Amino acid sequence: MFGAGGGTSSYQEVEETDLIVLWGSNARETHPIFFHHLLRGVRNGARLYVVDPRRTSSAQWADVWLGIDVGSDISLANAVGREIIHAGLVNETFVRRATTGFEAYAESVEPYTLERAERDTGVPAEVIRALAHDYARADRAQLCWTLGITEHHNATDNVLALINLALLTGHVGRYGSGLVPLRGQNNVQGGGDMGAIPNKLPGFQDVETDLEARARFEAAYGVRLPPKRGWHLSQMLEAMERGELTACYIVGENPVRSEADSHRAARLIGGLRHLVVQDTFLTDTAELAHVVLPATATWCEAEGTVTSSERRVQRVRRALEPPPGVRDDIEIICEIARRLGADWGHPTAQEVWDELRSLSPIHAGMSYRRLEELGGLQWPCYDEQHPGETFLHARLWEEDPARRGRPAPFNPVEFEPPVDELSDEFPIRLTTGRRLDSFNTGVQSGRYETPLRRPECLGLSPEDAARLGLKEGERALVSSRRGSVEAPVHVDPTLRPGLAFLTLHFPEQVATNLLTVDAWDPKSGTAEFKATAVRVERLDGQREMAGAARQARV
Amino acid sequence: MSAVFVGLPRRMVEVTLDGRQTRVPEGSTLLEACRQQGIETPTLCYLENLTPVNVCRVCVVEVEGSRALVPACSRPVEPGMVVHTDSERVRTSRRLVLELLASSVDLSLAGPEVERWMRSYGADPGRFGPPAPPRGAGERDRARAGEHLAPDGASAETVAQPAKVDNQSYVRDYSRCILCYKCVEACGVDAQNTFAIAVAGRGFDARISTEFDVGLPDSACVYCGNCIGVCPTGALMFKSEYDLRRSGAWDESRQTVTTTVCPYCGVGCNLELHVQDNRIVKVTSPLDHDVTRGHLCVKGRFGFPFVQAAPEKDESGLGPAGGE
Repeated sequence: MFGAGGGTSSYQEVEETDLIVLWGSNARETHPIFFHHLLRGVRNGARLYVVDPRRTSSAQWADVWLGIDVGSDISLANAVGREIIHAGLVNETFVRRATTGFEAYAESVEPYTLERAERDTGVPAEVIRALAHDYARADRAQLCWTLGITEHHNATDNVLALINLALLTGHVGRYGSGLVPLRGQNNVQGGGDMGAIPNKLPGFQDVETDLEARARFEAAYGVRLPPKRGWHLSQMLEAMERGELTACYIVGENPVRSEADSHRAARLIGGLRHLVVQDTFLTDTAELAHVVLPATATWCEAEGTVTSSERRVQRVRRALEPPPGVRDDIEIICEIARRLGADWGHPTAQEVWDELRSLSPIHAGMSYRRLEELGGLQWPCYDEQHPGETFLHARLWEEDPARRGRPAPFNPVEFEPPVDELSDEFPIRLTTGRRLDSFNTGVQSGRYETPLRRPECLGLSPEDAARLGLKEGERALVSSRRGSVEAPVHVDPTLRPGLAFLTLHFPEQVATNLLTVDAWDPKSGTAEFKATAVRVERLDGQREMAGAARQARV
Repeated sequence: MSAVFVGLPRRMVEVTLDGRQTRVPEGSTLLEACRQQGIETPTLCYLENLTPVNVCRVCVVEVEGSRALVPACSRPVEPGMVVHTDSERVRTSRRLVLELLASSVDLSLAGPEVERWMRSYGADPGRFGPPAPPRGAGERDRARAGEHLAPDGASAETVAQPAKVDNQSYVRDYSRCILCYKCVEACGVDAQNTFAIAVAGRGFDARISTEFDVGLPDSACVYCGNCIGVCPTGALMFKSEYDLRRSGAWDESRQTVTTTVCPYCGVGCNLELHVQDNRIVKVTSPLDHDVTRGHLCVKGRFGFPFVQAAPEKDESGLGPAGGE
């Protein structure tokens, strides 16, 4: 946000705030320990708004639940912005001093009346108005989101629409007020920190525009760095399609399962001239590889650090001896470098980290000793006396323009419905999500048993189930424009008519990603897992036939 | 400039502890004051990450001017308080509490401090007579409030009963339960807010129960295991630990505890991996870490088997009554 990719607040702040908006997040199940902090906030008196197409277990704790139609978030956010402006609730001092582009933003949201947003989103105008007024009037407010915002073809625009609201009301850069994107994996934040983004060097230093940073890296490494951004995953798949990308080295990722439209991902990755996969498991992607490099489980068989959703860098440590033949990621990478003719020696995790600290200013103060003593540190942490930052962007509130620095820009965004349009042939909106006991494609969570585990099933609203003549446990055929899968039906009263739900956890039971669309956000590369148009049919006599048809399509 | 609200400044309060004048921040409890002075105070139901419920009464101290003894764990200091932590009244009360608990509950896994307190307070749990025979599975759970046979005094009543083994994750051995409420607190408002368990029954029949005493898989339980994390007596236990103890293979001297970060979502919960013979046998979280305060979810607590081969065939089975 405004230059650095990380949440602005700490978990502690959600306990000490006045209003919490949980937008496109079922944190009760996907981030349960964050939800502990959130519930403390609720018990301390904060009001909770939950924006989610499903009435999730998170929504059950809300003062107000906004049951939004999938993918209409921008219409809702723009209507909230317009209402704040028209009601005179804009934090004018903050907007004047710390932002740019307010006029253009105000103009862009003008068409988003409450009535229009009600039509776009399915949320009653009065409820949208209540959210606008409560958010704008709150002394402190936390705006939190997860994949419900980002797994869309317009993910970046969705996030910008939320940031605009924080700028409008000054709910950023103060203790208790902030923007909180909850990260889905234990080190996805750390991956970004370390430069695993096409246009960034470690520490969010831009490879194209930050000449000074690039020179620093070039001096340290003694090589010239390509001054151009690379591809993100969705662009890589397109490059494979064009025949431009013919070899891949994939570390700790299972795109054959995790990419939307897995037919296409498997075809493209399986068709590479050379594929190397480095992973803890022989994943479906590794099965296609020419070379598999077995790697340690980084959280318990190796030393290192990971970064959490509150920008906190914490140590992971080796607790188990890895199985024979399995090597540490650092060792593997250095060995490959050696065979390519570069001797990087045999650095320890700490030595690699210290090198990073010498090149990434926001990590400079995070010595292993301090990480141990303090239970982790939150970036930015510029030197060994710096305590780390609890929240970001306090500078926006400085009196002195010089210290206030570059203002934060409003970014007008327009509502675009999901790419996969509903039609008479595909009338039901399928959305995807996670369950408490499981995780992503089940590579990790599939190997422990728990009484919570339920077989994969298609969640249908009671109204749709009745209309389709489907009862609990009966099998249905779910078809999208890309493929069909069979799934048992679960009649779920938390779903509204026209909305169906599947997880991605059990691809061997129901390969959900055969259905999902591979449309992706051109700015971030995330795919639209959350919005698929499907048709649901009863399966009885025609079951054999459908099975055969499905086989033919795989 | 945006200020961080840090609360009102805390004044210092003068109290007299065992004849010594001391100053502690206002709002502190007597327990915190005792600990600051290095005065050991036994506790069973108290834990840093839970709200004190002051039910075990083993931390009681004498406050001059107070008719009854007061629980140190929850009583805030007041200016001029004169407190005795080792008077005859205090010692008698602590001894009796320990005797009643030890005569009725299996405290063998409650840790070495409990044994030490028993010795130092001269507790003799045997003086109430030999223990009554254990109850059958579910017998105590079916007890109805107010319906009692008068005891004959020949033996000491106990809570001995078979362990409840009804799922793959954890075991509830209520013959070890001192009814400290910690699990109820952790399942409830102090952490998890799931409310799967509560205290049912009255008097000596009181016990921890799911709604209508259903098995855990049919209850509201979400298997976060935060109840195990706070249990002081081993009544709640990982199934992996329970099985190893039953086969005699549990050996803490061969275990290492390593702090690392959970491999699942991006919250960054610290895990303490208890490892024996290169296998994870238990997972806890540090009580004093800001992110978890000792509490985890089902994935962090039980989701580790993907890094190790399946254990040898579980021979104890998961029979409906289970255990012994």
